[in-house]
Amino acid sequence: MAAKQRVIRALELSGLELFVPVVKLVARDEPAEQLRALGFALGVPALALALFLGVWSGAASRIEASIGAVPGPSAVLEAARGLVADHVAERAKQRAFEERMAVAEAKAEAEGRPWKQRRYAGSPTYFDQIATSLKTVFAGFLLASLVAVPLGILCGTSATIYAAMNPLIQLFKPVSPLAWLPIVMILVSSLYTASDPLFPKSFVSSSITVALCSLWPTLVNTAVGVASIDKDHLNVARVLKLPWTTRIRRIVIPASLPYIFTGLRLSLGVGWMVLIAAEMLSQNPGLGKFVWDMFQNGSSDTLARILVAVFTIGLIGFALDRTMVALQRLVSHDAHA
Amino acid sequence: MRDPAKPPFLALRGVSKSFGHGAKRTEILRDVELEISEGELVAIVGFSGSGKTTLVSLIAGLLAPDGGTIALRGAPVRGPGPDRGVVFQSYALLPWLTVQGNVQLAVDAVHRDWPRARRRAEAMRFVELVGLAHAAAKRPSELSGGMRQRVAVARALAMDPEILLLDEPLGALDALTRATLQGEIERIWRAQRKTVVLVTNDVDEALVLADRIVPLKPGPGATLGPSFDVRLARPRDRAALNHDLTFKKLRNEVTSYLLELAARRTTGAPGGGPALPALEPLDLRRGAPRGAA
Repeated sequence: MAAKQRVIRALELSGLELFVPVVKLVARDEPAEQLRALGFALGVPALALALFLGVWSGAASRIEASIGAVPGPSAVLEAARGLVADHVAERAKQRAFEERMAVAEAKAEAEGRPWKQRRYAGSPTYFDQIATSLKTVFAGFLLASLVAVPLGILCGTSATIYAAMNPLIQLFKPVSPLAWLPIVMILVSSLYTASDPLFPKSFVSSSITVALCSLWPTLVNTAVGVASIDKDHLNVARVLKLPWTTRIRRIVIPASLPYIFTGLRLSLGVGWMVLIAAEMLSQNPGLGKFVWDMFQNGSSDTLARILVAVFTIGLIGFALDRTMVALQRLVSHDAHA
Repeated sequence: MRDPAKPPFLALRGVSKSFGHGAKRTEILRDVELEISEGELVAIVGFSGSGKTTLVSLIAGLLAPDGGTIALRGAPVRGPGPDRGVVFQSYALLPWLTVQGNVQLAVDAVHRDWPRARRRAEAMRFVELVGLAHAAAKRPSELSGGMRQRVAVARALAMDPEILLLDEPLGALDALTRATLQGEIERIWRAQRKTVVLVTNDVDEALVLADRIVPLKPGPGATLGPSFDVRLARPRDRAALNHDLTFKKLRNEVTSYLLELAARRTTGAPGGGPALPALEPLDLRRGAPRGAA
């Protein structure tokens, strides 16, 4: 029974409460009740999904776009398979190239000839694009959090700082990434001039754009969280005469952690949404560029491939959100019972 | 008893406090005079809303008085400090820390120069003192009200204060837990011999615990009334006290005094202010035992 409770707790933490009835069913805990719960929790969404696929497939067969038929679910699935096959083929080519190079290098070494290492120059596959997108969004998100959390704590602890920051927050919060991006790109290309840069410029400008747009929810939530800390908890710090750093570390941050994580969750969501636009414009290799390239291609499977990207973006966004929810529940002390 | 040249341990002189500005200004305390000797357990008894918490906050230094002075060993109080350990009415336990962690925070803050192991042992000593060794690793949300209260007491004691301020420490508990914890507080007080200021609205609680009872006249503009010395042998047994003549007499005196104050206020006599809810003073004046006694 203890094992069951642990599994249920883990599911609740990870935001997969959906499967709690399954666990209870396995444990033979009121099977009829669990089946009904399961039927509702899984059956209704499954039905809705089936309806959506049906309408989509019906509508797709009736619409003819300039570059061919609008793809239905099966065409999109086919395109996804094609992207996976491309990835596998590309990796095989790369391995073959590296093997040839290794052989040539050994031979050159044996004959005492000088050897110049050459890198494989294949194009990035769909999965490489996903990896780049994830790296970019995390870099931007990290940058945003490093700025927003300390600034939010400052705003929350001092009404004066909050009053000073508030107009700036209100002014910049609604600005679209598309407005920031050109400014960021110009600044990055004029200021980030290392001859052998650690990160490509396109990566830096997309990350900074993501950071600029995803900063605000964390900033505002942290400020609200810090400002609404229980007065008595702060009085404890005052009675103990805790030094400023200890007070922040042991009272302020733990007390406002649930708020901070709510902000971080919103920020990551915004960042992921902004990223696609930023990548499209900055030509940073990633899902955004993939969509743009497909659009420029104009081939018969353009629409199907873009739709694959749409679903990928959606699923990754969903997964990121769930991860943040799980983290948020893990740190929220008030939810413990 | 006291050397007249030596300043009193804790002295409040002409302390007053108001909140708000202009027309909305409410005077909570006016001309509060109080002297407490070292090792004394003084109970301040008053109705809800009479400014008891304000008085505790002033002694703790969490609030600054508008007028008058508060001095501990002759040194004026400026701001809060661990020499005046507070047990907050809401306990103010940090929900993300365990029982041990909450007490540890106080030990760490007060004994910064101690090695880690010694600080841990010290925290554990206070957790054991309040009988919570078995729950040291639990979080406040897993504890009952009475256990939380004990943690709050342990944390305040762990500050190694000169004076312990208890703000309605048992106010949120049921009658039975209250009675048990009153015994606990008396036991701890006898063991630690700290000076204690206990603020309460329960006359019986004050009688069981205190050396001296000081009534707080109802606000706005509350002042302290005349002291009642509680000359009852310790340890005090609640059950036996109910038949003790001194106890009964004292309870009548204190209750009548408080009720008279209330009655004077409801009839609009000196003091004025808003009317209190209707009380039933007649039964109590006859000395009928109160509910949870």
